[in-house]
Amino acid sequence: MSTTAPANSTNTNPSTHPAAPEGNATTIVENHDLVPANRLNTGLAKMLKGGVIMDVVNAEQAKIAEDAGAVAVMALERVPADIRAQGGVARMSDPDLIDGIIEAVSIPVMAKARIGHFVEAQVLEALGVDYIDESEVLSPADYIHHINKREFSVPFVCGATNLGEALRRITEGAAMIRSKGEAGTGDVSEAMKHIRTIKAQIARLTSLSEDELYVEAKELQAPYELVKQVARDGKLPVVLFVAGGVATPADAAMMMQLGADGVFVGSGIFKSGNPEQRARAIVHATTHFNDPAEIAKASRGLGEAMVGINVADLPAPHRLAERGR
Amino acid sequence: MPFDGVKHRIGVLALQGAVSEHADMLSVLGADVSLVRTPAQLDGLDGLVMPGGESTAIARLAAPMGLLRAIRARLDGGDFGVLGTCAGLILLSDDIAEPGALAGFDRVGGLDVLVERNGYGGQLASFEADVECAAEDFEVGTIPASTPSRVAFIRAPIIRRVGAGVRVVATHQGNPVAVASGRIVAAAYHPEITGDLALHRYFLRTLGVSSSV
Repeated sequence: MSTTAPANSTNTNPSTHPAAPEGNATTIVENHDLVPANRLNTGLAKMLKGGVIMDVVNAEQAKIAEDAGAVAVMALERVPADIRAQGGVARMSDPDLIDGIIEAVSIPVMAKARIGHFVEAQVLEALGVDYIDESEVLSPADYIHHINKREFSVPFVCGATNLGEALRRITEGAAMIRSKGEAGTGDVSEAMKHIRTIKAQIARLTSLSEDELYVEAKELQAPYELVKQVARDGKLPVVLFVAGGVATPADAAMMMQLGADGVFVGSGIFKSGNPEQRARAIVHATTHFNDPAEIAKASRGLGEAMVGINVADLPAPHRLAERGR
Repeated sequence: MPFDGVKHRIGVLALQGAVSEHADMLSVLGADVSLVRTPAQLDGLDGLVMPGGESTAIARLAAPMGLLRAIRARLDGGDFGVLGTCAGLILLSDDIAEPGALAGFDRVGGLDVLVERNGYGGQLASFEADVECAAEDFEVGTIPASTPSRVAFIRAPIIRRVGAGVRVVATHQGNPVAVASGRIVAAAYHPEITGDLALHRYFLRTLGVSSSV
C-alpha cells in the first residue's frame, strides 16, 4: 500500500486555525486568543517535552546525540564555547553540513539563524530543517528587528530572558520559547535567573485584575490579548525550554524541577571529556529529574565537564543574552 | 463523570513527549490518570497511553528499567490495554521499515503492522486533516460517532501494511491511520493536539468494564 504525502494545506497558513465545528461534543476546543504560529508547530514542540536538545556541528555529533537519546539536534556553525574562544562573526551552518545532519538522524533537526537574518531563515526552511532557532548565540544581523516568523511555515524557537521578551517573540510567531541563559559558559546561573524570572512574572500575572493587566501589558511591552491569555492560563501558550550554561546532569534536573518543559545543551556535551557518556547522563537526569538517586547515578564517572567561565567575569559586551530584546 | 459508569485507571507513559495533553484528555473522559515511568507504576492499571514524542528517545529512556518489555508482559497477561499515538504506534508495531536508531532496542510490539517512521517527511510536511473513523467503532452510548475527526499528523509515521488480525478504525484518503487489534489501539496521528476525544473514548470502550471496579 502506498500513501502519498498530502498537500501541506494547513501549515502554510500560520495565522488561521481551523476551529472545531460548533457544538461538537466530542472535541475539546482550546481557548486560543492570540495563538502563536499554528497547532502543528506548537505541537511539534510538545513532542519534545521532557527531552534534551543537543548542539551539534556535524553529522557525526548528531549521531552521538541521537544515540544518547536526544529528542532533537541543533545544527550550528560552532558551539558557543568556540564562538567565545575564537571570536569573529558567527553565522548559520553550511548547507552541506545541515544536509548531512538531516540525513544522519531520524529525530528533528533544528538549525540556528542569526537574529533578524530572515534570508538565513529562508535558506534553512528551503533545506527542510524541522525548527529554526533565531539565536543570540550567533552574531545578530539586525539589532532592532527580529524575523517576522509568521511569514514562514517552518516553526521557530526564540530565546528570552523575561516574560515580556518571550511574549514579543510569540507575537512575532515563535512556536517555542527557551531561556537565553549565557551560552558557552557552563555557568547555569543566567539560565536560572531567566526561568525564575519568567515563571515569577507569569505567577504575578495570574493574580492581577483586568484593569491591572492593561498596565502590565504596557510594562511588558507585549500585546494585551496575549498578556490576558497568559494570566488566565497561568502558563505560556507555547512550550518553554531552558538553554544556556547547562553542563551537568544536576543542572538539567534542576531546570526541570523549576518547571522547564525540557533542556537545550550546547557546549556542555561536545566540549566535555566524554561526550557520549555525558549526553546519556544528561538525558537520564532530565527524565528522572525528581529522583536524586537516579541523578546521582547519572553524575558518576563522567570525566571532565566543559571548562567553565563565570558569567560575572564576562565583560558586558561579551554577554550574549543582552542581544535582541 | 466516569466513562460509561466505570472509572478506568489509566497510566500515561511519561518518559518524554506530549504527556500532559493525553492526561488532560483522559481526565476529561473521567479516567483516573497516573504517570508511568517505572514498571512498578503499571500495577493496578487498566490501561496505558503511549504518547507521541521521539520513539528513539523513548526506547532509550525505557531501556534501563525494561519498561517496554514490562508493558508487553501486562498486555500478554490480559485485562490491560494500550493506546499508542505516533511514537506510541511505532513502539507497538511488530515491524518497522527502517528501524535506524531504534535497532537493538526493546519495543512493545504485539501489533501486526509495518510502519515507516517520518513517512511523510519532516515538519514542513506535517498537516492537519479530517480522518474518517469507522462509525461502528467510534459510536459510544448516546454520543454519535465523530466522523470525521480533526487531527494532526506531525512528522507522522505511515502504516504500510496491516496484518490479518488487525482492524482499521480510521482512514485518511483511503489509507489506514488508526488500527486496533486485541487490546491495542494505535494511531499515526495526534488527537491531543486538536483535542479530538474520539480515539480516547474508543480506547476506553475497548477496555470494557474492569472487574476490579
